[in-house]
Amino acid sequence: MSDIAERVKKIVVEHLGVEPEKVTEASNFIDDLGADSLDTVELVMAFEEEFNVEIPDDAAETIQTVGDAIKFLEKNSA
Amino acid sequence: MFDLTGRKALVTGATGGLGGAIARALHAQGAHVALSGTRRAVLDELATELGGERVAVVEANLADKDAVEALLPAAESALGGLDILVNNAGITRDNLFMRMKDDEWEAVLNVNLTAAFRLSRAALKGMMRRRYGRIIGIGSVVGATGNPGQGNYAAAKAGLVGMTKALAAEVATRNITVNCIAPGFITSAMTDALNEKQRETILTRVPAGRLGTGAEIGAAAVYLASEEAGYVTGQTLHVNGGMAMY
Repeated sequence: MSDIAERVKKIVVEHLGVEPEKVTEASNFIDDLGADSLDTVELVMAFEEEFNVEIPDDAAETIQTVGDAIKFLEKNSA
Repeated sequence: MFDLTGRKALVTGATGGLGGAIARALHAQGAHVALSGTRRAVLDELATELGGERVAVVEANLADKDAVEALLPAAESALGGLDILVNNAGITRDNLFMRMKDDEWEAVLNVNLTAAFRLSRAALKGMMRRRYGRIIGIGSVVGATGNPGQGNYAAAKAGLVGMTKALAAEVATRNITVNCIAPGFITSAMTDALNEKQRETILTRVPAGRLGTGAEIGAAAVYLASEEAGYVTGQTLHVNGGMAMY
């Protein structure tokens, strides 16, 4: 597993207070991990901070699963 | 009770009577206060009056979109964060409805409502992260009752109430409260200019039989800004001597 994937999962676990084993790349933040829409905004903020990138609103809307986030960050973080 | 020691507050329109009174009240409870307004000299004077400690001046003209965007970051960097945002700045461009110009409408909506939206949106980021925030909008009794000649102002102030409720519902789980204060007739430079007859006419509408003071609005702001008011959100606190009751 990539370093980015590890860091993304860590943020998700901490922010949503879910068990680490529940967080897979296929996990949908809202449907599988119990996030509400405000949580998804906060997760994006947390990713921006951790990876020092700016995630524009239209990109943020496409990040719905853990895998979506990992893919976006692998492509866009330095 | 209502101790604000260590809390960081931005008050817009701090050059005005109400804004100044709110800033003084928050400061007196221990808050660090950033004063915003268009008249630098007046802001500096207030900062000096507050002893120059726990106070910062961040000039901004809220009619200017870029200035609005720059204000929140400037206040956060001056204070080292922001816990309390008081959207107090407001202007009037009174005119009879049939004569009201588009620019009179737009100017009032822009400063009184749109700037409050933009500042609140900008403030939320840090408040969400810190899981604490107090956003206070200064409305008006006119937003609830209407007033001839103030279609634009009443619309903006009523809009602030609706915006407050929507935002309050969105962020309540994050320990951020969003409320309004709706002052009635308060002693100010404007009311000082009234003649005796005008003053009497106004007072016939106020059961308390007197005008309110800025300090009474400041006290309401202190309450809503306090930890103790953490379960109060989406509300409008009417401070009007009983002239309109809800």
